[in-house]
Amino acid sequence: MKMEYNPTELMACVAGRVLEDNRSVFVGTGLPIIASMLAQRLHAPNLLIMFEAGGIGPKIPTIPISVGDSRTFHRGVMAATMDYVMSCAQLGLIDYGFLGAAQIDPYGNLNTTVIGPHDAPKVRLPGSGGANDVGSLCHRTIILMRHDTRRFVERLDYITTPGYLTGPRAREKAGLPAGSGPYRVITQLGVMDFDIETKRMRLTSVHPGVSVDEVVENTGFELVMADEVSMTEPPTERELRLLREEIDPAGIVIG
Amino acid sequence: MKVIEEGEGELLGWMDPDEARGWMMERKSRGLEDKRIPLKEAVERFTRDGDYFALGGFGHIRVCMAAIYEMIRQGRKNMAMAAKTAVHDVDILIGGGVVDKVECAYAFGHELRGLSPTGRRAAESGRVKVLAEISNAGFQWRFKAASMGLPFFPARIMLGTDTLRYSSAKVAEDPFTGKPLCLLPACYPDFAFIHVHRCDKYGNAQIDGTIIEDRELSMAAKRLIITTEEMVDEEAIRQAPDRTVIPHFLVDAVCEVPYGSHPGNMPLLYYSDEEHMAEWLRLSRTEDGVREYMEKYVNSVEDFAGYIELVGGEEKMDYLRKLEDLEVPLEAPWRR
Repeated sequence: MKMEYNPTELMACVAGRVLEDNRSVFVGTGLPIIASMLAQRLHAPNLLIMFEAGGIGPKIPTIPISVGDSRTFHRGVMAATMDYVMSCAQLGLIDYGFLGAAQIDPYGNLNTTVIGPHDAPKVRLPGSGGANDVGSLCHRTIILMRHDTRRFVERLDYITTPGYLTGPRAREKAGLPAGSGPYRVITQLGVMDFDIETKRMRLTSVHPGVSVDEVVENTGFELVMADEVSMTEPPTERELRLLREEIDPAGIVIG
Repeated sequence: MKVIEEGEGELLGWMDPDEARGWMMERKSRGLEDKRIPLKEAVERFTRDGDYFALGGFGHIRVCMAAIYEMIRQGRKNMAMAAKTAVHDVDILIGGGVVDKVECAYAFGHELRGLSPTGRRAAESGRVKVLAEISNAGFQWRFKAASMGLPFFPARIMLGTDTLRYSSAKVAEDPFTGKPLCLLPACYPDFAFIHVHRCDKYGNAQIDGTIIEDRELSMAAKRLIITTEEMVDEEAIRQAPDRTVIPHFLVDAVCEVPYGSHPGNMPLLYYSDEEHMAEWLRLSRTEDGVREYMEKYVNSVEDFAGYIELVGGEEKMDYLRKLEDLEVPLEAPWRR
């Protein structure tokens, strides 16, 4: 039996499936928490969740509103400090990091600071927060965002958080940790990774009911195409039930 | 060390390490002195127009909202704020006319609740200036440099981005590896308020739950005011010294302010008041609404105790305690 689902639920499921058991993940508010809680309840019970305000290894009872609120260390293994968690990331102990953005470019660089000139903003956004730190220091980052031509742009108004910067080896040249960088981009239309040679974004799968053309039309730059663009597995009944009944019963994030 | 790049952002809160040592020698008393004063007096004595300041806590968690309302009531202005994941605090301070400059790691947003109408309006109209950008770890390590009496702290963040370009950091060649390294300058805010769970009259303070960056901030702040949920006897501190996060010799004043983090979350005591947050987010869509909020919740009351009565008193706080203890389900009234 097939169940109806919305794009946010699908993104949460796809993101959750990327996370592996016995790995660590740096989590921000909203969808990343949902995805991580889902992974823990399915294939990754020992996924180690870390929050920037100091919460480490919590058993998250309900969705936190802030990455600092008391849910982020509920039955955790440690209630630490920002210095401690950021140092863990810099030391190489955090495998995955989640990011969102208002704009993304072909190299996975992200803007969460400003639309328009910095000193005369058209839209002022919150800024880096911990995003630059996550994008600089985690081994692999997973970007969750809406897909359209205003957001997927050739050139960002402002680079808040580093992706692959200008291409191959640019991160290492800038002094960022070797071998780190964006790993997946998950949107309401499909899933992308980054071409090994060029470090440009590459389409690997489209969601059910979405065509490759539709993804291309909604991207403001040329996407590399995987040899075979697959179709994303839709959410299972079990995933949806966990999301709606256990993880976000009030629909705060999934709607 | 060869400097490769220099951020264009304004360097705020800077002191030469020797100047900092001089301050710590002259201005921080090592003795056990009774430092209790009312919050009103602490704000009068320790905060000045034009100061650059930081607040303990994170987002809307364990932030001293009581001090914020008092600064608005006293008409402080032209202040610059270290917006180190500033959510409701910076929003109210901008709306209340206290803050017109920020060093921004995170501001103008309300995390899961969305963007902040007041902060955005102010930034987009130029009424509030962003003097420098930075990241959360960047702020943490600026305070860490200060807390260690060092001119800077090195880190592998912000490199290659506009966050670095608009910050006050520099990039230099690391003499050990030869790789570029971000150097974050020490940051000594003029004053900081840190809200804690318990404190004795001398300023020995304990925090439950995550400490965030308050250990370093408490050492970096030139003037430090502790506000506390509960005053405890010196003996209670001495029975559990391993729990002390901030010792008395860093502290300039101690104020007892129960529920001082409302409408924010005080971990293990009370959860955030989402009904109140929703009221602010709704009212702050317009300047008239901002004035209405300030009139109702700040200027019409004498002090923070009056404000707590106004938002629902013990009955409201009892509900927020149950919410914190997961005994009642969370509602999100800001979700239309």
